[in-house]
Amino acid sequence: MKIVVLVKQVPDTAADKRLDPDTLAVDRGAVDGLINEMDEFAVEEALQLVEKHGGEVTVVSMGPDDATDAYKKALQMGADKAVFLSDPALAGSDALATSEALAKVLGTLEYDLVILGSEASDARTSLVPALLAERLGLPQLTFASKVEVDGSAIRVNRLTDYGHDVVEAALPAVVSVVEKINEPRYPSFKGIMAAKKKPVEALDLAGLGLDAGSVGWAGSRSKVLDATVAPPRAKGTIVTDEGNGGSELVGFLASKKFV
Amino acid sequence: MMTAMLDPTLPAEYEDLRKAVEAFAREEVAPVIGDYYERHAFPYPIVAAMGRMGLFGLPFPSEYGGMDGDYFALCIALEELARVDSSVAITLEAGVSLGSMPVYRFGTDEQKEYWLTDLCKGERLAAFGLTEPGGGSDAGAVNTRAGNVGDSWVINGSKSFITNSGTDITSLITVMAVTARDDDGRAELSCVLVPSGTPGLTVEPGYSKVGWCASDTHGLVFDNCRVPQENLLGERGRGYAQFLRTLDEGRIAIAALATGLAQGCVDECVRYVKERSAFGHKIGEYQAIQFKIADMEARAHSSRLAWRHAAGLLLAGKPFKKEAAIAKLAASEAAMASAREAAQIFGGYGFMNEFPVGRFYRDAKILEIGEGTSEVQRLLIARSLNLV
Ligand SMILES: Cc1cc2nc3c(=O)[nH]c(=O)nc-3n(C[C@@H](O)[C@H](O)[C@H](O)COP(=O)(O)OP(=O)(O)OC[C@H]3O[C@@H](n4cnc5c(N)ncnc54)[C@H](O)[C@@H]3O)c2cc1C
Ligand SMILES: Cc1cc2nc3c(=O)[nH]c(=O)nc-3n(C[C@H](O)[C@H](O)[C@H](O)COP(=O)(O)OP(=O)(O)OC[C@H]3O[C@@H](n4cnc5c(N)ncnc54)[C@H](O)[C@@H]3O)c2cc1C
Repeated sequence: MKIVVLVKQVPDTAADKRLDPDTLAVDRGAVDGLINEMDEFAVEEALQLVEKHGGEVTVVSMGPDDATDAYKKALQMGADKAVFLSDPALAGSDALATSEALAKVLGTLEYDLVILGSEASDARTSLVPALLAERLGLPQLTFASKVEVDGSAIRVNRLTDYGHDVVEAALPAVVSVVEKINEPRYPSFKGIMAAKKKPVEALDLAGLGLDAGSVGWAGSRSKVLDATVAPPRAKGTIVTDEGNGGSELVGFLASKKFV
Repeated sequence: MMTAMLDPTLPAEYEDLRKAVEAFAREEVAPVIGDYYERHAFPYPIVAAMGRMGLFGLPFPSEYGGMDGDYFALCIALEELARVDSSVAITLEAGVSLGSMPVYRFGTDEQKEYWLTDLCKGERLAAFGLTEPGGGSDAGAVNTRAGNVGDSWVINGSKSFITNSGTDITSLITVMAVTARDDDGRAELSCVLVPSGTPGLTVEPGYSKVGWCASDTHGLVFDNCRVPQENLLGERGRGYAQFLRTLDEGRIAIAALATGLAQGCVDECVRYVKERSAFGHKIGEYQAIQFKIADMEARAHSSRLAWRHAAGLLLAGKPFKKEAAIAKLAASEAAMASAREAAQIFGGYGFMNEFPVGRFYRDAKILEIGEGTSEVQRLLIARSLNLV
């Protein structure tokens, strides 16, 4: 089967991030970029499916021209090839515009299954998988904690607050995965060496035939008007135990509706 | 962010490998290794994961299940592992550099085919037995004998401190033994491949060690231990030369491991001095502390240059004996000094096993002893200078 995995390059979650005061977007130049962690689970799931059913894995990533680490990591893990969409006019794309561009890329590819992370660690909207499925006119199976493919059918466990739902659809379909689903492999040295020789198709808007006005700052329907630094966390409450410590604690927890 | 080792002069594939092992050590080793260490238990699940990642196959070709890498790549991995924990690093070092490498370098095609594939996957482990109860520095003074009886070698004697020799997954111990003596009593030394579980081989209970507590070390006793003739490694009488080559390379690996420990000390201290206060200031504000860490950083950096230079010579096919000895000497003494200072900076916590610096302190000393003591390194360096 042919699987496309979408991977996003994000700023290192461990690093101190800051907003660019002019655009109110994350200042991506200031910190190291790497693959969105959840997307490693998406890559792993694709690799496991292909190991089981045969086929190939293509990774697709959209980002600034130096955001190459994400798809490279996926290739090192074992994906077969990559498509990298980059164009200055894509800067500022919101989730809607991002999904438009990514849907257009998918239009150039053959696939039975599209796998995404369920959330990018920087903007964290979780919108892209659903938007993309809608644009492609495909079933969406989001927040998957287990994926099984049987012939032309796909069945996933969809994580919910109370457990999971079992959802089934016909292929092709769009799936987003959660961290519970597997344990991503670490790239081996052989994988690292092999990745250097794997095909990477570089696309820009012209190559994709996409109008610059429909993506980027221009094509985004949502705008960030203002951003304020979160206030530092307030000091915690200290309970001095003078024999009544237990009831004080329970009272506090009850007031917060924890008990 | 720990970017201490980012080096644009390093080819990208080594840097990518470094990053992968760094992430592995941080995510898979650091959270659990303290517990194994306390229990003096061998971390089988970690070793299996290292195997899946291909670390045990780094310097070997893919025809034997290897990664088509080289010795430099192995050393990169050792440094990154030892930044977090030395027990898993020495398990890899001994498994590859002492265990598999002699088979790869000196073995027959049949021997390579038979042993290397499982070893490269990390599903089995190999050991190298040179040191004996009577001494290790004088490698020529081996007393263990392997007699040629019929179509077998019959081994008698004992070995001490043999890493990886007694795990559940150990498949092979290469034993250095006297295969003949000439009329003047001079020994002919050869290496013999002894499969684990061969009758006549007794693996003694593990030692109670000061450090490397999650690695596997045993004494071995051979009592009429019989292996087939074809288990001779390479040529008869070449044991000493094989061993010299093995140890020369091994010194670079130990230097890389020591560099990792020295770097781990820097990592831990940089974090801690920003958190810990005394006399109303973060201790990192005191110059006495800053200078200790500056020295630690300088030692880690110089050690890294030393092992990389020696490894570069090895890859280029140039002589590297002196450079390997210098790297081993400098890096192990750097690790010892930095571990001592790191424990000092952590105060009382530096003496607690649950903190990595406590382990670093305990793990550093052996680096000045194993695979050639510091005195032996100085002997080698002095010899290269033709002083007499
Ligand atoms: C400060 C800031 C403010 C923002 N404000 C808005 C706003 O007001 N409105 C709005 O709509 N958006 C906004 N965005 C989000 C927008 O820029 C997103 O980064 C982008 O649209 C992707 O959405 P996401 O990161 O939330 O992805 P998610 O939907 O959380 O990502 C899910 C999955 O989609 C895939 N994916 C996402 N992006 C890519 C990509 N570029 N290439 C390949 N795969 C990808 C990955 O598999 C990922 O795991 C803002 C971002 C920032 C940093
Ligand atoms: C945890 C651990 C793991 C080990 N793993 C292995 C293994 O896998 N395989 C293996 O074969 N061995 C292994 N060893 C053994 C190790 O390599 C030896 O301990 C080391 O080589 C020193 O030998 P020795 O202990 O016999 O000391 P000795 O040789 O007895 O030396 C005692 C002291 O005398 C000094 N000395 C010796 N000769 C001279 C000289 N000419 N001039 C000046 N000083 C001198 C030495 O430097 C040392 O300080 C391991 C040891 C330990 C502790």
